[in-house]
Amino acid sequence: MIDQLQALGFTGLNKLAALGRSFIMLFHSLCYFPNPRVGFPLLIKQLHFVGVLSLIIIVVSGLFIGMVLSLQGYTILVDYGSEQAVGQMVALSLVRELSPVVAGLLFAGRAGSALTAEIGLMKATEQLSSMEMIGVDPLRRIVAPRFWAGFISLPLLSMIFSVVGIWGGLLVGVDWLGIYEGSFWANMQAAVDFRIDVLNGIIKAIVFGYVVTWIAVFQGYDCIPTSEGISQATTKTVVYSSLSILGVDFLLTALMFGDL
Amino acid sequence: MRMRTIELGVGAFIFAGFLALVVLIVNVSGLTLSTNEEGYRIYARFENIGGLTVRSKVTISGVAIGKVTNITIDPDALKALVEMEIEPQYDYLTLDSSAAILTAGLLGEKYIGISVGADEEMMADGDEIEDTQSALVLEELIGKFLFNKVNE
Repeated sequence: MIDQLQALGFTGLNKLAALGRSFIMLFHSLCYFPNPRVGFPLLIKQLHFVGVLSLIIIVVSGLFIGMVLSLQGYTILVDYGSEQAVGQMVALSLVRELSPVVAGLLFAGRAGSALTAEIGLMKATEQLSSMEMIGVDPLRRIVAPRFWAGFISLPLLSMIFSVVGIWGGLLVGVDWLGIYEGSFWANMQAAVDFRIDVLNGIIKAIVFGYVVTWIAVFQGYDCIPTSEGISQATTKTVVYSSLSILGVDFLLTALMFGDL
Repeated sequence: MRMRTIELGVGAFIFAGFLALVVLIVNVSGLTLSTNEEGYRIYARFENIGGLTVRSKVTISGVAIGKVTNITIDPDALKALVEMEIEPQYDYLTLDSSAAILTAGLLGEKYIGISVGADEEMMADGDEIEDTQSALVLEELIGKFLFNKVNE
C-alpha cells in the first residue's frame, strides 16, 4: 500500500520534472538573439524537411476531405432543396475546424515523429554531447531551427489544406453534382467572415504548430538514449500531440465561438 | 546545388501558403476593405424578432446596407430594441422609413428589410424607425388559422 503510494508520488514527480525540463528547453532554445548568418540556412533546411515534404500528404488529404464533405453535405441538403448551402458548409467546416485539426494531426504523424526520432538518435549516438564538447549549444543549433520551422509551417499547411479542400468541394459540388457555381461562392462569401472564421482558424493552426513541435522536439531531446527509448519517444510524440491537439482545439473553439 | 533546390522548394512552399491566405481572404470570406469605416447607428422596436441575430443583414430592396449590431429588450415597452449599423454611404434613409423582419427563402436566415419613405428629412445617428413589422412566426400563423377554422 505504502509502496504503491510511493510509486505514484515517484511518477508524479517525474512527470512534473519532465514538464519543467520542457519549459527550460523551450526558454533556452527560443529566448536568445539569433545569428541570422548561421541560423537562416539551418531554418531553411528544416522548413524543407518539416514543411515542403509534408505538402503532398496535406494536399491529397485536403482534396479528399473537401470532396467527401461536399458529397455528404449535398446528399443531406438536397432533401431540403438547399443544396446551394454546400459551399458555405464546406468552407466553414474546413476553415474553422477541419484544416487546423486534420493538418495538425497529419503534421504530428508526418513531421513530429520524424523530429523526435532524429533528435533521439542524435542523442543516442552522443552527437548532442559532442556538440556541447566543442562549444556549440545543441539547443540553438539543433532544437531552435526545428522549433521555428514547425511554428511557421503548420499555419501555411493549414491554409493550403483549406484552399485545396474548398477546391475539392467545388469540384464535386459544382462540376459533378451540378450546383450552380454562383450561388456556391455567394453563399460561402456571405457566411464566412474573415476575422471570425479565417483568422481564428489561423490562430488555431499557430497554436497547434507550437504544441506539436514542442512535444516532438522535447520527446526527442529527453528520450532514453537507447533504440527502445527512441521508439517509445516517437510513440509518445504522436499520442501526446494528437491528444493535445484535440483537447486544445476544444478549448480554443469554446473561447472563440462559444461566447464565453 | 542541393541547397539551391531546397531553397527553391521552401520559397515555393511559403509562396503557396501566402497565396492560400489571399484566396481565403478574397474568394472565401469575400472581405472588402470598406468595413473599417464607421457607419451610423439607427434603432427599431419590434413586437417579435423571431430568430433575428446580431450580424444579420439590413437591406434596402434586397441589397445589404448594414448589419444588426445589438438586440436588447426595451424594459418600458417590453419590445425588442434592435440596433443597426448602416454604412455611411447609404445616407438617404428618410425619417418615415419602415422596417420589416423578413426571411430569406422558406427556412432561411432572418434579415431586416427597410423601405424608404417620402420624408424630406434623413435619418442620422441615434434615430429610430417608428413603423416596424415583426417577424412572421409560423406557430402564430397556424394558431390564427386554426382559430378561424373553429369560428366558422
